[in-house]
Amino acid sequence: MTQLPEATGIGFKRTHFEALRQTPNQLGFIEVHAENYMGDGGPTHAQLTALRKDYALSVHGVGLSIGGAEPLNRDHLNRLKHLCDRYAPDSFSEHLAWSSHGGDFLNDLLPLPYDDATLDVVCDHIDQVQDRLGRRMLLENPSTYVTFETSTLAETDFLSQITARTGCGLLLDINNVFVSCTNHRTDPRAYLADFPLHAVGEIHLGGHDAEDLPSGPLLIDAHGSPVADPVWTLYTETIMRIGPRPTLIEWDTDVPALSVLLDEADRADAILKGARHARAS
Amino acid sequence: MTTKTTTLALALIGACVSVTGASAQDMEKCFGISLAGENGCAAGPGTTCAGTSTIDYQGNAWALVPAGTCEDMVIDAAADGEKRMGSLEALERDLPA
Amino acid sequence: MHAHLETQTAFRNGLKTGAVPPGITAVGDVERRFSVYRNTVAHSLTDALCQRFPTVLRLVGDAFFRATAGVFVAENPPQSAILHDYGTAFPEFLAGFPPAATLPYLPDIARIEVLRGQAYHAADALPMTAQSISDALAAGPEERGLTLHPSVRVITSDHPVVAIWAMNQPGATPRPVPPEPQAALMFRLGENIPVVGVTADTAGIVTRLLAGERLGTACADVPPQVASVAIGLLIQHGLIIQVTQT
Repeated sequence: MTQLPEATGIGFKRTHFEALRQTPNQLGFIEVHAENYMGDGGPTHAQLTALRKDYALSVHGVGLSIGGAEPLNRDHLNRLKHLCDRYAPDSFSEHLAWSSHGGDFLNDLLPLPYDDATLDVVCDHIDQVQDRLGRRMLLENPSTYVTFETSTLAETDFLSQITARTGCGLLLDINNVFVSCTNHRTDPRAYLADFPLHAVGEIHLGGHDAEDLPSGPLLIDAHGSPVADPVWTLYTETIMRIGPRPTLIEWDTDVPALSVLLDEADRADAILKGARHARAS
Repeated sequence: MTTKTTTLALALIGACVSVTGASAQDMEKCFGISLAGENGCAAGPGTTCAGTSTIDYQGNAWALVPAGTCEDMVIDAAADGEKRMGSLEALERDLPA
Repeated sequence: MHAHLETQTAFRNGLKTGAVPPGITAVGDVERRFSVYRNTVAHSLTDALCQRFPTVLRLVGDAFFRATAGVFVAENPPQSAILHDYGTAFPEFLAGFPPAATLPYLPDIARIEVLRGQAYHAADALPMTAQSISDALAAGPEERGLTLHPSVRVITSDHPVVAIWAMNQPGATPRPVPPEPQAALMFRLGENIPVVGVTADTAGIVTRLLAGERLGTACADVPPQVASVAIGLLIQHGLIIQVTQT
């Protein structure tokens, strides 16, 4: 389901192009948002083509609306197919969320209720994606801020059944786990204990914003700061348990200098090495 | 017709010959578009609620007037020759009754 | 499936109105927690327009632009997940937006920004050399067509939009400009999309070539030396990729 190396990568930001070109050996892979490479040509493709020669590549979609009740957008799926054919990425991933409705693209990863009917919809959509792309995909657990009264399945249960039925892998975003569990006042360790970790093909780590409400903390998946300490701890525990996995540092807003991202990647890399060492002995 | 053909042909051949490679384009610094409209997957905008209170411009709530550099480069007359003073006046004049 | 669609329709309506949809829960402050989604949708799409229309933003100021963009976003959400295509309808929206009526040139400035964005993401193509173009046209250019680089765009305006655009780029100083019609050619040059002021005749010829007209027709209304200037400009910037037999 993924050919990414069991090493660390960063989300590619175009401001870092020159620096990345000059130092190709510092990272295990780069990840890009699929939708930013759906134009016909020009500098965006020129840069990705150049980087692809030196880096393993993860293509991460943000606009397919896999959790939408409406049929998948065929044009968008065809564009993804074209992109995957062009760059032959080592992994393709998308989100357990919806982002389109009635023809409108809402540019956010919106939540869905977890029940048997929505499970059918999501599995059907994943089947379509995997058929069209001719590859297995990874599905990412979301950050959520609300829940649905109609949900009858836990998110971890929902994801377990998806992997069992479709054969897809999972992209475990540990920051999303921490954000969602904090927002819903549940235990992230219990979540991870229930999570189908055997299916994890990649891990995401990113920063979140925090706001104190009278009802308790509200964490927001803002991707504009370093990975928080409790998230590092959960990451370390998870890696010690399942072994090294391809790990991505996400930083999408107020993007800092490349060196800041490389430092974060180094920190994750040290944890991967520690796990390799511990498991070898 | 023959004469005209020859003239256009000569003129265009002349255009080809006179080109000595792309001249250095006057590259004034201008707004880049490399990052315009990039997709992402972050949520936000954190603690601020800005951006959610859409102003109803057909009501009386719209009190904003363009206030950027347009003030420094006033063009004397609009296309209809009428001097337009401010957006509230425009609002009253242009809106359907 | 039916219930799922109903749930999402209610959620979508909540994003529009701010009212928390039925069946949505949170540990408390459910309105604030639901508003994270509402903020993200409105704010991220407004930000996308800020990035796509920086010259319009500079002209009207941040407060006016964000308020205007907010109305546009609410009325015209993207129809595709490709955000760099979002905002194509913004110039037309500005033209019909009463609070912006004091700036009649604004829609055309926005059009320049839309066209620059399209040029940036247009397909790649190799230019013909001047020599090969010359050879191809020697036998009689009237019946030939020119295929231009996919990034080539033209704007013809009743307003001095080239001057207004140029003096509202970073570091440039705006100053009064007399009213006059202007036209411009845009195309991709490395990482940049220059806005090159051209005569109405040149703009007309390029527009007609883009529409697939043969050279004889495209240049019919102008003296040969005017056509020469227009074609010379296209050759100079490597914008002719094919000479076709029409």
